[in-house]
Amino acid sequence: MTVRRTVYITGIVVLCAWTLVPIYLIALAAVGGRTVVNNWPKPFLPPTDISLETMREFLDIAGVWTSALYSVEAAVLCMAFSILLGVPAGYALARFAFAGATTYRLLILLTRAFPVAILALPLTVGFIRLGLYDTPFGVSLMHTTLALPFAVLVSASLFQAIPRELEEAAWVFGCSPVRAFLRVVLPLALPGIAAVAIFAFVISWNEVFAASVLTVRHKTLTAYLLSVLSESPLHVQFAGGFLLIVPSVLFIFLARKRLFSMWGIATR
Amino acid sequence: MADIVIDNITKSFGSFVALERVDLEVADGEFLALLGPSGCGKTTLLRIIAGLETQSSGHVTIGGRDVSALPPRKRGLAMVFQNYAVFPHMTVRQNVGFGLHMAGADAARIERQVARAAALLHIEPNLDRYPAQLSGGQRQRVAVARALAIEPSVLLMDEPLSNLDALLRLEMRAELKSVLLEAGTTTIYVTHDQTEAMALADRIAILHAGRIQQIGPPAEVYTFPATIFVGGFVGSPPMNFLTLPVEDGCVRLGTLTLTPPAESGNQVVLGVRPEDLEPTVAAGGFPFTVRVTEPLGPHIMLTGETLGQQMRVVVPPETPVPVGATIQLRPRNDRIVWMDPASGATVGRGEVAKVGTEAASD
Repeated sequence: MTVRRTVYITGIVVLCAWTLVPIYLIALAAVGGRTVVNNWPKPFLPPTDISLETMREFLDIAGVWTSALYSVEAAVLCMAFSILLGVPAGYALARFAFAGATTYRLLILLTRAFPVAILALPLTVGFIRLGLYDTPFGVSLMHTTLALPFAVLVSASLFQAIPRELEEAAWVFGCSPVRAFLRVVLPLALPGIAAVAIFAFVISWNEVFAASVLTVRHKTLTAYLLSVLSESPLHVQFAGGFLLIVPSVLFIFLARKRLFSMWGIATR
Repeated sequence: MADIVIDNITKSFGSFVALERVDLEVADGEFLALLGPSGCGKTTLLRIIAGLETQSSGHVTIGGRDVSALPPRKRGLAMVFQNYAVFPHMTVRQNVGFGLHMAGADAARIERQVARAAALLHIEPNLDRYPAQLSGGQRQRVAVARALAIEPSVLLMDEPLSNLDALLRLEMRAELKSVLLEAGTTTIYVTHDQTEAMALADRIAILHAGRIQQIGPPAEVYTFPATIFVGGFVGSPPMNFLTLPVEDGCVRLGTLTLTPPAESGNQVVLGVRPEDLEPTVAAGGFPFTVRVTEPLGPHIMLTGETLGQQMRVVVPPETPVPVGATIQLRPRNDRIVWMDPASGATVGRGEVAKVGTEAASD
């Protein structure tokens, strides 16, 4: 019993450390200024003289704010497209038996098997031809293809977890199929759909490679930082990295209840 | 109020035929139980009536209106699902009022009807709770109240009690019967539990392998099953079947000589209920060797053999029989059924059988 408990607690500690230590180190370097970055060993406790000087230095870099705006634009569009395309596809997978449903499910996963690096050149050429090159809209399309498999499969499992009888009961008691979806299925799936939306947002926000390749002047924050920070001093790079993870962490933190309820449904 | 006519319904899934040319008529205000083992097609038939499944061929008529091609919402019926299907994101009040709300009833009418249905099923204290806060039995009541609130002309129930524990099931069964008697709704009730069907229904339709075997009042189905299957499925313990040779138009069983219907071939199956076998003293019966005795309180159940074929006999508790003993039995001759061993169909009832000479003197 005690051994099991020890293993249990050790597991928790390791998992927490796995996530928290890197974030802590980045945060430390971001607020500690030049000296902390170069010191070794790192202080275990946060320095007393926390300075936001480095952060300000980073935020003063020309173009950071504009590219942040492009990032938000691409992420919001990616989120919207993932929901609009992924949720209906998920519903179809969950509710209808159609020829090739299993193959379709597999193909969805296979879209993630293509390395973006191989697609980069043809994509760039195609985007230039279509006039999508160097626009946040174009980037959001690319990010949607990355987020979509996840959106489809998760919403499929969401809908699968909602008993079909609930929908049938709604039909019997006077609903058309559309109305039954809106009044019964959607309210029950909403927490999960919100989680899908957040994931799509985070995927787009964090994506670097495609965003770097597909833009020149209208770079998203990650792509912009990649090109700018390589010439900045180390502590500014850390400040940039820190500010980059804050929105994702904050987003997931705010949505944690919704995420758990989604997983609750998915594992039931 | 409406009658239901099911006309020549066939349903096949690929090459599997779930229902084959099913005909069924349910009178206005009647309570019909669809009884059968799992996989016999009873739920499929109910779902076809509800419009949740599409028949391969045939017609469903409700109250003189052909509803075969209509979606569920236009058929004017209500349904109680096996797993209740109570909407978890709505309060009990919203659940019960859902059908009326969807039909566009005004608030006053919804309130009135919900209050009535809630009173009928004793769920008033729970009206503002969510289904997750209710027990299984309470959820079942909500599902029934939701169905009754719209005052449907037809009520369909799909094994509504099967998810409740035994005691609650018994309680809900009696309550359901009184509620539905009061509402006077035409009801089709699907179940695999023959006791439930016997207890609730005006008539029982027994389905087996996609075909209706027999339709009739519970007592008739019980006493005079139309096939060997019905006799074995209805009643607990099931009917006894003895396969016997026919010689010169007579069947000899111990010292008894019975006369099966004239059209019987070389062999005939004698069907008799365990409680319709009486132990007799000395002659005038057939031997039965007891292997197991089960004292069940109101009676004792004996399991044993006659002519190498298994039989069950129910005897009064005051006549204990030792295991291994051989006793003489005789059937109540007005309660026996003759069946064809090949087709399983009943060819004659007790009245046809005449008890032979030795027995007649008894």
